[in-house]
Amino acid sequence: MQLLVNGEPKNFDSAQSLSEVLQQLGYRGDTFAVAVNGDFVPRATYEQTALNPGDSLDIVAPVVGG
Amino acid sequence: MADKLKLYGKEFDSRLLVGTALYPSPAIMRESVAASGSEIITLSLRRQSPEQQQGKMIWDYIQESGCQLLPNTAGCKTPKEVIALAEMSREIFGTDWLKLEVIGDDYNLQPDPFGLIEAARELVQRGFKVLPYCTDDLVVCRKLLDVGCEVLMPWGSPIGTGRGLMNKYNLQTLRERLPDTPLIIDAGIGAPSQASEAMEMGFDAVLLNTAIAKAQNPVLMAESFKLAVQSGRAARNAGLMLKRQTASPSTPTLDMPFWQQSITAENGEKA
Repeated sequence: MQLLVNGEPKNFDSAQSLSEVLQQLGYRGDTFAVAVNGDFVPRATYEQTALNPGDSLDIVAPVVGG
Repeated sequence: MADKLKLYGKEFDSRLLVGTALYPSPAIMRESVAASGSEIITLSLRRQSPEQQQGKMIWDYIQESGCQLLPNTAGCKTPKEVIALAEMSREIFGTDWLKLEVIGDDYNLQPDPFGLIEAARELVQRGFKVLPYCTDDLVVCRKLLDVGCEVLMPWGSPIGTGRGLMNKYNLQTLRERLPDTPLIIDAGIGAPSQASEAMEMGFDAVLLNTAIAKAQNPVLMAESFKLAVQSGRAARNAGLMLKRQTASPSTPTLDMPFWQQSITAENGEKA
């Protein structure tokens, strides 16, 4: 299954939940947030969120800003 | 001191809000923010891989700053982008406060008034405390208040230009027509004198970033802005004199010595 992660195509073994994908990508802790196909996904629903081939993930973290 | 800045039910002693971007180093950023005396700081969210460390650096700072966080939606061009980024910000930073930016033009980063109002309406309904970065257009500002914004942040001039208060007539109009709305001048301030001027005009606070971060000595400039904002606020509270067209002596003229000589000199007569 191919997903677009922060704009880059990445391959995953099979259909997986968002929480599994994030774990495989190495995201730990709670200093990031996620949108799937442009829509915010609350942290509490990562495990129930199924991903489909071609889905686009945006994973963001704090940066400096003005 | 009863002269507190009140925004969305919270009170602040400082009337200077600062950004955290563009500093030569994280250490200078921290020192500058401390020197500014600011109690509200802006930051943002960007795509990051787990290996990238900026997230951790800014996170560590957030933990220790004690400041009210004001996440922005910089770079967003549509209400849909704004809503997603706002929800992500609320989850990460744990605050409903949001500096709403909807950019309508890449060249001068002018806010899109239509997208701004649409996004603000939706965000207010979702419980956000929205501080919109807007133009100095009175009608746009009124619409933003209508959809539930309690604070407005009209631009001084385009972001990062340092041109100060570009359209004082419009800004003065906003101040006079919206006397009870907290108004923060956001963007375009390049010098402490400009920040002071905004405060003298009656604005409630000033938000800036580049003027401090890009100074040769950011920490000293942060201190300078702190003093300028305090000075401008004090001047506003003290009440500025009215401008006059003609000169008026400040030294009393009554009982002036030698007055006869000056009268004869004016008349061209010999003493």
